[in-house]
Amino acid sequence: MNRSGDIPGKLIAVEGLDGSGKSTQLYLLKRWLELRGYKVFFTEWNSSSIVRQATRKAKKRQLLTPTTFSLIHCTDFADRYDRTILPLLHAGAIVLADRYVYTAFARDAVRGCDRRWLRQLYGYARRPDLTLYFNVPLEVALGRILEGRPQLKYHEAGMDMGLSPDPYDSFRLFQGLIQDEYGRLSEEFGFTEIDAAASPETQQVRVRRIVEERMDLGHHRWRIPPSYAAALNRLAGEFDGHRAGREPRET
Amino acid sequence: MPKGSYGHGLPGMDSEALPGKLIVVEGADGSGRSTQIQLLRDALERDGHPTVDVGLKRSRLVGRELDDAMRGNILSPRTLTLFYATDFADQLENRIVPALRARFVVLADRYIYTLMARALVRGAEPEWLQQVYGIALVPDAVFYLAVSPRVLAERNFRKNSMLDYWEAGMDVRRTGNMYENFVRYQRQIQIEFRRMESVYEFDTINGNRSPRTIFRELAGKIGRLLN
Repeated sequence: MNRSGDIPGKLIAVEGLDGSGKSTQLYLLKRWLELRGYKVFFTEWNSSSIVRQATRKAKKRQLLTPTTFSLIHCTDFADRYDRTILPLLHAGAIVLADRYVYTAFARDAVRGCDRRWLRQLYGYARRPDLTLYFNVPLEVALGRILEGRPQLKYHEAGMDMGLSPDPYDSFRLFQGLIQDEYGRLSEEFGFTEIDAAASPETQQVRVRRIVEERMDLGHHRWRIPPSYAAALNRLAGEFDGHRAGREPRET
Repeated sequence: MPKGSYGHGLPGMDSEALPGKLIVVEGADGSGRSTQIQLLRDALERDGHPTVDVGLKRSRLVGRELDDAMRGNILSPRTLTLFYATDFADQLENRIVPALRARFVVLADRYIYTLMARALVRGAEPEWLQQVYGIALVPDAVFYLAVSPRVLAERNFRKNSMLDYWEAGMDVRRTGNMYENFVRYQRQIQIEFRRMESVYEFDTINGNRSPRTIFRELAGKIGRLLN
């Protein structure tokens, strides 16, 4: 992956299983940064307005193979990367990514795509300045998901892999495989691991401390007056739908 | 039988089990590509060869979405490349490979080379493109219909009385003069094709000649390939 420096912005990615609590932690991090007056933006996996329609249709009709599943997500990512992430980084913003290329590395490899090809496919993507991996015991993550959102979608449950005809069993097996893959990725890419079994408050204290230690936040203040920045942030919030208590959707 | 894949190939695919033939015809709009494909298909079927044709943006998966996305022209070249690659992979897995497995002759109206040439002109890294398209099967034959850009322009005018926005490369280097832009862009595409020629073993066919002459040449070459 692309390591080249000399971009004033900072990229922070979070990774982890569904139910690891990473989105909540990222939301709290975002609130903390924006309330302190920093230029902070949020981007989410599988959310390009243009590509997502195609992905949604394809998933619904179960038209995807491991290769096209991978390529369509890479297309979505490229659209967000070129039109949102990279311009923001060039403008000196802090970009928070809820899932990044490692999600593809984990899921697509589990589905049978070649690991080297996946790294090449996303070769244009910049390596994050910080990747937080919310590591949680499998049973805890499963419990959170299966308790709160019993209706599992086809790909979310990994039903396309034929692991089990029962969506819940399939989901358990699929998540287990993804967790193994994350473990390998964590070593390969030097993730910063967060104990996601700890209380949300404890985790957030750690997250904020790491961010503060690793980056010189002073470089990322708004140049425009705070009220104007706040209005922009509200707009951005409406745009990306990143609010507490929003409807869960498949990422 | 295709000689394996350019790169790692599709996961779980055994190219040994593909006894059909994959024949690619490449060329710009107005090169006579589609006409030749049609003539070839008729000739092959007349001789009893089961035949299938494939082309760009025809996948069930994203064909229409790709068309829609291009209309707005806001996708980056990289995103477009990946979108096209998705379309290609869908047809590769769902049409090309099954047809080859069933001993069909697959006639491809364009293949990865057009996609690579377009991306290269727009600044893509050659290495990355090769990796993305490493899934593609190596065809049994690739015919590239080379037509001089000014002739191409005339053919396009005669057919549609206008030039296509993308085929004129209007997103690449916009000048007020669409005709000049078309000629310059097509020349750049041809340079990329010429670079790929030896790497991918194209058979470059002089497409400035009459359809009948070109067909005779193509049919002769394909006849030898099939026997």
